Amino acid sequence: MDRYDSIIVGAGHNGLVCAAYLARNGQRVLVLEAAPAPGGLAADREFHPGFHTSIAHSIGHFSSKVAGDLNLAAHGFTTAKRRLPVLGLRLNGEHLVVDGDSLAGVGADDAAAYKNHRARMGRFATTLSPFWLKTMPRISGGSLADWTTFGRIGFNLRRMGREDFREFLRVASLPARDLMDEQFSDAVLKAVLSWDGLIGSKLAPRSPNGAVPAMLYRMAEAARGGHSIPSGGVPGLIQSLQRAAESLGAEIRCAAEVRRILVGGSSAGLAVKGVQLANGEQIEAARVVSAVDPKRTFLDLVGVRYLDIGFTNRIRRLRCDGTVGKLHLALSGLPEFSGLPQPNGRMILAPDMDAIEFAFDDAKHGELPVHPVMEILMPSLADASLAPPGQHVLSAQVLYVPYRLKGGWNDAAGERMRERAIDAIAQYAPRIREQIIHGEFLTPEDVALGCRVTGGHWHHVEFALDQMLMMRPTYEAAQYQTPIPGLYLCGAGCHPGGDLTGAPGHNAAQEILR
Amino acid sequence: MSTPDPYAGERLKLSPFHPRQQALNIRDAWTSWNGYKFAEHYYEAEYEYFCVRNLCATYDISPMQKYQIQGPDAQTLLNRMVTRDVAKVGLNRVAYCVWCTDAGRVIDDGTIFRLAADRFLLTCGSPCTAWLERSAYGFAEVEVKDLSDALAALSLQGPTACAVLKKLGLDGIDAVKPFDIRHFSLHGTALMVSRTGFTGDLGYELWIEPDRALELWDALYAAGAHYGIHPYGETATNMARLEAGFIMPGMEFNEALKTVHFEHDQTPFELNLGWLVDFNKPHFSGRRALLEEKRRGPKYTLTKLDVEGNRPAEGGSRIYGNKRCTKAVGYVTSAMWSPAAKANIALAMIRTEHRQGALWAEIYYEKELRQYSRVAKCTPLRKPFWAPPRARATPPPDY
Repeated sequence: MDRYDSIIVGAGHNGLVCAAYLARNGQRVLVLEAAPAPGGLAADREFHPGFHTSIAHSIGHFSSKVAGDLNLAAHGFTTAKRRLPVLGLRLNGEHLVVDGDSLAGVGADDAAAYKNHRARMGRFATTLSPFWLKTMPRISGGSLADWTTFGRIGFNLRRMGREDFREFLRVASLPARDLMDEQFSDAVLKAVLSWDGLIGSKLAPRSPNGAVPAMLYRMAEAARGGHSIPSGGVPGLIQSLQRAAESLGAEIRCAAEVRRILVGGSSAGLAVKGVQLANGEQIEAARVVSAVDPKRTFLDLVGVRYLDIGFTNRIRRLRCDGTVGKLHLALSGLPEFSGLPQPNGRMILAPDMDAIEFAFDDAKHGELPVHPVMEILMPSLADASLAPPGQHVLSAQVLYVPYRLKGGWNDAAGERMRERAIDAIAQYAPRIREQIIHGEFLTPEDVALGCRVTGGHWHHVEFALDQMLMMRPTYEAAQYQTPIPGLYLCGAGCHPGGDLTGAPGHNAAQEILR
Repeated sequence: MSTPDPYAGERLKLSPFHPRQQALNIRDAWTSWNGYKFAEHYYEAEYEYFCVRNLCATYDISPMQKYQIQGPDAQTLLNRMVTRDVAKVGLNRVAYCVWCTDAGRVIDDGTIFRLAADRFLLTCGSPCTAWLERSAYGFAEVEVKDLSDALAALSLQGPTACAVLKKLGLDGIDAVKPFDIRHFSLHGTALMVSRTGFTGDLGYELWIEPDRALELWDALYAAGAHYGIHPYGETATNMARLEAGFIMPGMEFNEALKTVHFEHDQTPFELNLGWLVDFNKPHFSGRRALLEEKRRGPKYTLTKLDVEGNRPAEGGSRIYGNKRCTKAVGYVTSAMWSPAAKANIALAMIRTEHRQGALWAEIYYEKELRQYSRVAKCTPLRKPFWAPPRARATPPPDY
């Protein structure tokens, strides 16, 4: 049997990033992916012959350090000059445009308020940004390095100056609704500016605690929250990561589903031995690094018998229910959104914050949202190769779609949800139905089954205060090491969290190589 | 027609043995245990204690919590939960165990009975349902069933206990070794007998379905009539267990899941129960923390003390490293004048590094409403205060 230094379970982007770093340090690395191709939620999906997209449809705050360290540009990855403006569509055919620091299509008061808001959020984001690429300190029994990190967070916050520090403390846990209402009057603008605080989480505008941390997390990089679509679409990032990892010597095996993480036991305690694949094959390694979500990693792949009872209970109690549905449409041509010259941005379809709140209310009770709200992208506008010539792909993140639907998901419920989403689009693009060649709707359950991620959750583990920083996914596993010697985590369930950032994979590799 | 009792849910439950015990409880001295009405004493605690030590006596352990753990994963579940190696517990054998939090703090102690390869009975003093539910999570093939109200149990302790059971007709009872389980039939009903107890003396525990509890009681008291059988209550139990050096929740240890303050609970090493922690097992809940505890040494160590004089160091007396009582090194958890050992005994938690030095107890006492204190020299003991050979002998001496 071959023996590897590290086996990475799951070739999502974090698994690939971690593999690349470990390989770069001379480790013999094997990445095992259950699906036929790498990528996880960022994998290429040909949902209709010739029409491509991916569940994650744009890139926001991918770590520039990771891109630089791994020389991803040399492997075809670039987001330069591909930034997408955010378009807030109004039901009357008008729209507003948020493009970084600039804002058009709103009144003068809102424009002025946006300037302040943007500058302030930028300062907060700058203060926090060093910590997304750092291992979080242990809560007790920490090392000097741990305390230094603690101290630096405190120091950075204080260094913002008294006004900003006080405002940070006040604003950090505000519901998005309060943050918007105290600054803006335009209903669509408020919905648009809330969006990145809410999407991906089980969080509505009136929910406290989670929105501002999510906004700041997503403003970590130079683009300050601006999204882009790389060439080849989001799967283009995966291809470049795959090439980078392979060029550094990592081996990537797809269609190789890990059934168990093998743990050996002796009077010296437990230690990871390797993995067993679904076909029975066993592969040995000095360590196993799981990019799979924590619940699946510990409860399914490792098994509770190797874990302490209190720890198991914390993993079991992690909140991992996804809330985002995915609509993919194959279109015969470019859709016409009323009043919009080109649908070339992140289009937010939410008339006001109440619309978002009500969609959430339906979902939190396990119902389909009566009036879904969503973010739409046209990936084929960014890269024509994603659809047959002259035809287009529409990709929509639809809020809020419950993972646990009352009565359970079935084909009829999925179709009903798809039709409701298309109806919502038709309010803005009245002729959309005539252009539809094919449409699919992926529920959180579809994502859970298709991508093997608990709850179909974008972030593996809900991005909430109690599951953030040194609590992510839970203490005793928050520094990428786990209670089982040789077993590490490197996925979105670790600090700093989900989205396409590469940060958990990067941080885990640093910790392993320390 | 009687009206429904508006306080029904708050009234104490009655043990299956209650009708007989009530008749014998001439002092009406009741307390409660796990929601059951429970005798503190029946006539007089010291009298009952001497019955336990010199004749035999019964103690109602029906309120104890009893859980059946059954299925192919039962042993794995228990082995992960408790610190001892359950695989080493043979069929029809009992093992005393503790189980701990992840941090290695004692949640409770109890006994595990192996009744089949895949079936165990776990007994303990406090409800353990929630922890068992957590412990069972993730095991597909195991069923945990609370038998607390479905199994009556009576402890029979004292030098004549074996003779009484022989007289009851339990053939072969004298061959039953300590921690053995033997199954009998009493008037056609299954009667399980284990050679276990909480007195440090010869003794047995009798397990039977609740409907037949009174039948067992009557037969036992008939058989024991000439062997001095009596009931004993909680106070006498506490005396007997202290002489035996056994720990008691709420005295020697604070159940970890009910402990609020940091490290106000205990580790097995602090309780001198390191022998229950089997590090040869690759894993059990709390192993990592306990390994670290073992390496570092326990902060406190439960210590048996022989206290000078005859005033019990009751009421949580503090222990000092000097006679002037300026250097506190520990506290007394239980203390009494021991009639069996003819000594003034105490269990105390002593800071481990001070166990070798001089130890002084500051004892408070009252004399006709006036409060006094005195300082008494303490001598640590290695051996149990009291351990009669008959407790271990098989067959036990006959009477």
